[in-house]
Amino acid sequence: MDSTIKRKFSVREIREDFPALRQTIYGKNLIYFDNGATSQKPQYVLDAINQYYSKDNANIHRGVHHLSQKATSEYEASRKFIAAYLNAKSSDEIIFTKGTTDGINLVASSYGHLLNAGDEILISAMEHHSNIVPWQMLCERKGCVLKVIPINKKGEIIQDEYEKLLSSKTKLVAVTHISNSLGTINPIKEMIQKAHAVGAKVLIDGAQSIQHDKIDVKDLDCDFFVFSGHKVFGPTGIGVLYGKETLLDRMPPYQGGGDMILKVTFDKTTYNELPYKFEAGTPHIAGGICLGKALEYLNQFDIESIKKHETELADYAQDLLLTFEDMNIIGESKKKTSVVSFIVDGIHPFDMGTLLDKQGIAVRTGHHCTQPLMDFYKIPGTVRASFAFYNTKEEIDTFIAAVEKSIGMLK
Amino acid sequence: MTLEEKQKEIVEDFAIYDDWMEKYEYIIELGRDLPIIEEDKKTKDRIIEGCQSQVWLDSSFADGKMHFKADSDAIITKGIIGLLIRVLDDEKPEDIAKCDLHFIQEIGLHEHLSPTRSNGLASMVKKMKMSALQALTTNDSEQKA
Ligand SMILES: Cc1ncc(COP(=O)(O)O)c(C=O)c1O
Repeated sequence: MDSTIKRKFSVREIREDFPALRQTIYGKNLIYFDNGATSQKPQYVLDAINQYYSKDNANIHRGVHHLSQKATSEYEASRKFIAAYLNAKSSDEIIFTKGTTDGINLVASSYGHLLNAGDEILISAMEHHSNIVPWQMLCERKGCVLKVIPINKKGEIIQDEYEKLLSSKTKLVAVTHISNSLGTINPIKEMIQKAHAVGAKVLIDGAQSIQHDKIDVKDLDCDFFVFSGHKVFGPTGIGVLYGKETLLDRMPPYQGGGDMILKVTFDKTTYNELPYKFEAGTPHIAGGICLGKALEYLNQFDIESIKKHETELADYAQDLLLTFEDMNIIGESKKKTSVVSFIVDGIHPFDMGTLLDKQGIAVRTGHHCTQPLMDFYKIPGTVRASFAFYNTKEEIDTFIAAVEKSIGMLK
Repeated sequence: MTLEEKQKEIVEDFAIYDDWMEKYEYIIELGRDLPIIEEDKKTKDRIIEGCQSQVWLDSSFADGKMHFKADSDAIITKGIIGLLIRVLDDEKPEDIAKCDLHFIQEIGLHEHLSPTRSNGLASMVKKMKMSALQALTTNDSEQKA
């Protein structure tokens, strides 16, 4: 796909690209507002998956035959494309993983190996469980100390508190770019600068940002950036860990096996170079190739048009929701992505979600894998509508009518 | 009424609804009618934590029969609890332990009882059966003693 000339941003045309959007659920047209959990896939990606398994399937990096070389070169071409997309220095900095969770665990294990007892790791109070638990496990293993940067009621990281927590003991700051429960866009560039000022490294959880904004790892100057393919219109089971080469070089391998070695003897094994050092075993080849295709698909559009449309959707939904009595929007930062999390006094999110589902609307309810955050707000969970660029205001109108009906039944 | 007959009766009750929203309206009503569990009984040992909603279950055994009280923070969950209690309350532990709750499937609410649904209901049914089994064993040993 040529990305120099951007494709016209037409929601109607974009919707045509996503077959999953054209279906009925309980006899109603599906309205898919659970994009924060996972996104639907465009035909361009589906075709690529089909092409790979029906024509190009072969193991990579190990065959002299034509197909193996073809698969290898496509897999590596995808890595190159992703490197360029993220503005990484080289494709050696792009490690294919299973997803965000896997990337964070890799860093916790391998970078964690370089840490010592008493070293401090900072996370924020709005992290997803997958950016909490791996650090807790590391702390248990190595005697490091996990500290939590508090947030305010609006759902924003309190920067003063962050600065207070930073010290020469801080070795790593692991924060999410965008909160999956609140939609808050954190000022990560500034946070990265502050961390670097005390010599700490920074991991950015990009699970919720890669699909909404242009990511430039050089400009951000983050040390690690992780994301999942499935949230950015690509396949499940594939993701990316970007890491600065100098850091990745110093880190020991994560898992052992084929592909990650140069030479194996029973006395001593030497490890392969980057990025293969971190990719043991046969990888998710189709996933790697098709994640590249998904980003190619996204890259046809001017990201500003996508952002504008998504922000309009979120503002529109939020304004309409606020016309209901006893409505609470959870996450009120001015800097928000297209996530609207809410709870109505006296109505359990599970009940609301169940009734919306039966009206053909897919939203997420519950704690969104951010239990500590729900504890902070003293709520059992929220109903979360998360929009993608293929959603429309008409869908929001239907959604609002369904919310009204549900409130009527539940109040 | 036997446990089987009660299941049949529920299936018949639901047969009049052909629309999902009507069905849920009825379930919500059942949820509102369910006698609540006293606050002081909502203790840690009675709680069944689901990912989505919480359930409290209080089981007791008297005069050869099991008795259940339950509650939930979500009204739909509560309505379904109401149905489960209607079927299982005041039944002999041996009947509860071996019963197949097929009515849930027949009225189209089985998704709520699937272990992956994580609203606490699947665990609640399991706990009801376990307490029935426990009553059976204590009952047996009491009779032997
Ligand atoms: C902010 C955030 N971090 C991490 C994850 C975990 O991503 P995955 O389950 O794809 O590994 C998610 C997904 O819900 C997320 O929203």
